[in-house]
Amino acid sequence: MRFNARNTYMNKNKMLVSFFIVSESIFFLMLILAYVNFHRSVTDGPTAENSLNPIKTGIFSLFLLASSLTIWFAGKSLQRKNHFMLCIWLLLTILLGVTFLFGQGLEWVGLIKQDITINRNVFGTTFFTLTGFHGFHVTVGLIMLLILLGLAIAGDFRGPESDAVESVSIYWHFVDGVWIVVFSVIYLWAFV
Amino acid sequence: MSRIPLVPEITEPLPSIRESEGLLTWVASIDHKQIGIMYLIATLFFFLVGGIEALLMRIQLIRPENDFISPEVFNQLFTMHGTTMIFFVVMPFLIGIGVYLVPLMIGARDMAFPRLNALSYWLFVLGGLLLYFSFFTQSGAPDVGWFAYTPLSEKPFTLNKGPTYWALGLLATGIGSVASGLNNIVTIITLRTPGLTMRRLPLFVWMILVTSFLLIFVMPIITSAFAMLLLDRLLGATFFMPATGGSAILYQHFFWGFGHPEVYILILPAFGIISEVIPVFSRKPIYGYEFVAGSTVAIGLLSLGVWAHHMFAVGLGNVFNAFFAIASMLIAIPTGIKVLNWTATMWGGKIHFATPMLFAVAFLIEFVVGGLSGVAIASPPIDWQATDTYFIVAHFHYTLFGGSLFAIFAGVYYWFPKMSGRMPSERLGRWHFWLTVIGFNLTFLVQHLIGLMGMPRRVYTYHDLPYWGDMNLISTVGSLILGLSVIIFVWNIITSLRSGMPAGNNPWKAWTLEWATTSPPPVHNFDLVPPVNSRRPLWDLAHPDMPDK
Repeated sequence: MRFNARNTYMNKNKMLVSFFIVSESIFFLMLILAYVNFHRSVTDGPTAENSLNPIKTGIFSLFLLASSLTIWFAGKSLQRKNHFMLCIWLLLTILLGVTFLFGQGLEWVGLIKQDITINRNVFGTTFFTLTGFHGFHVTVGLIMLLILLGLAIAGDFRGPESDAVESVSIYWHFVDGVWIVVFSVIYLWAFV
Repeated sequence: MSRIPLVPEITEPLPSIRESEGLLTWVASIDHKQIGIMYLIATLFFFLVGGIEALLMRIQLIRPENDFISPEVFNQLFTMHGTTMIFFVVMPFLIGIGVYLVPLMIGARDMAFPRLNALSYWLFVLGGLLLYFSFFTQSGAPDVGWFAYTPLSEKPFTLNKGPTYWALGLLATGIGSVASGLNNIVTIITLRTPGLTMRRLPLFVWMILVTSFLLIFVMPIITSAFAMLLLDRLLGATFFMPATGGSAILYQHFFWGFGHPEVYILILPAFGIISEVIPVFSRKPIYGYEFVAGSTVAIGLLSLGVWAHHMFAVGLGNVFNAFFAIASMLIAIPTGIKVLNWTATMWGGKIHFATPMLFAVAFLIEFVVGGLSGVAIASPPIDWQATDTYFIVAHFHYTLFGGSLFAIFAGVYYWFPKMSGRMPSERLGRWHFWLTVIGFNLTFLVQHLIGLMGMPRRVYTYHDLPYWGDMNLISTVGSLILGLSVIIFVWNIITSLRSGMPAGNNPWKAWTLEWATTSPPPVHNFDLVPPVNSRRPLWDLAHPDMPDK
């Protein structure tokens, strides 16, 4: 890869997002390490095994995974200058993301009703922190997607390239990828 | 070089947008030069505040059983002094001077993301205000030390709001630091002028690049720890509370996982300043450019794997301790390479001892002292003896004051003409230099001895044991001399800004691109960027008959 001023293979916006998610990955790595550190040390009270429902969360996770696919299609539509389909795929991505967040909300409400909260024990602490920060990142992604959709409906992003769409797409794939790791560590590790 | 070329009188003291003058052009600025100068002004303010905190502590310690300030206030003072000097003086100064210089040194118009640049600066200001706002709360500033070990910093042990403001302030500053790290990386990779390859990049820019990678790698570690600490304190989470299943050691791992790379964030740009100053004032190109740049990358990588040498006293086991002791000692190799390179650059050079060079040479000596005591305490048995004593205080002041701060002074005197268009006073500069060297060594050299004699750090007073009172008196006298030197420094800045000799474009006859434009540079930095065919473009321009290879 040549790093020369006039011949960069990557433009500055996508480069910024890429390095940003490197930094973000380390942030999530630390939260995951905290979860892993305490995984076996919970002796009484709620744990992942006795309070989580992997099937239900697994189904809602599929919505988030699907949203990675739809935003990829959105990028394809942009390349083909298909403005209408770009809007449709962006809208679908937002709906899938909102569905995932809704599922997470249901799960949280259910847990809190059983008095499983962030201050109950280390499981509660690490679980709510990790999933909470992930949910926060999904929310930020949704806000960015809504802005994209609004701009697209107003007539922006005629293609074939757009740093904004591609940068948000990189971020969204990252949020999705983090969830795969988080889901594996919290749910699959407890039940498989 | 002693002859200053005559140029027209400067009408524009600092770079600003010409149409409208006033405070708003600064507050709303996204110009990297204005933001850089705002960084420097803010860090000077915090430097004075942190310095006053240190002087108050030294006055308290001037004699045994002194009761000048209460133990509660003393705890707040050492916490605020450490936090301020690290996070609100050295770090933002180096980021700020980087923001000012990097676009100029690579021949660019501005940073890659000017608005993000402004965001970084204002997050740093917000963090400082949050931290210092704690003084106005009912129970005062944080008093848990600059690393705020848990469970002491947890709610049951520290009920006041100090640590909450501490964590919030550092969280804001930390996010700003990540943003400026990202900004620097993209700027340096994408905005270099044609011909300025990575192997021709000024070493200061190289150091900023490595530092920026360290920033984006390690700031999230401490950001996560601050988030956890805040959740513990505000929502009753139990991350770091052993009583309810948490782990206090985990906090130490997280803190030092950030904290040790952080000391390289504080020293690598300082190395960069030294690598620019020493060649120019020795009239020789840097010796072993590749080794200086390469050893920086090596330091950056090694620094990620040495954090637990801060935790030898925890009792993590011999294998664990041995690993971190060896890794820590390895860092002496790339650092030693640099010291040899700088020395070899001076060797046989036509050395001109202007103020920047005085500080650079003093940096070399003081930093080596700090480095040697650092290698010593990287050995666990020695660390067990010296930990939490004044020996440690002496060690890190030799690296952070004798190292980073001496380099910062060298950088200020070196680039002041570029930023202001005027020369700093050489006479006041020499007074500042000699008082700093004398005051610094008086203050901290004896602290090695006090520490080895067993005086613990962070105690507000001590018994009248043999020699303790005398040595603390020497240390306090030294610190007062340092206070005087800072007054002279500030006086020099103020008077030189008003009535210094006009500097011209390149008063030091330096070779990097920032000296090709006017002093101060115009808003757009360059009318024409000179061609870059070597590491010293301005040398080539001045000597077309014998250009650098």
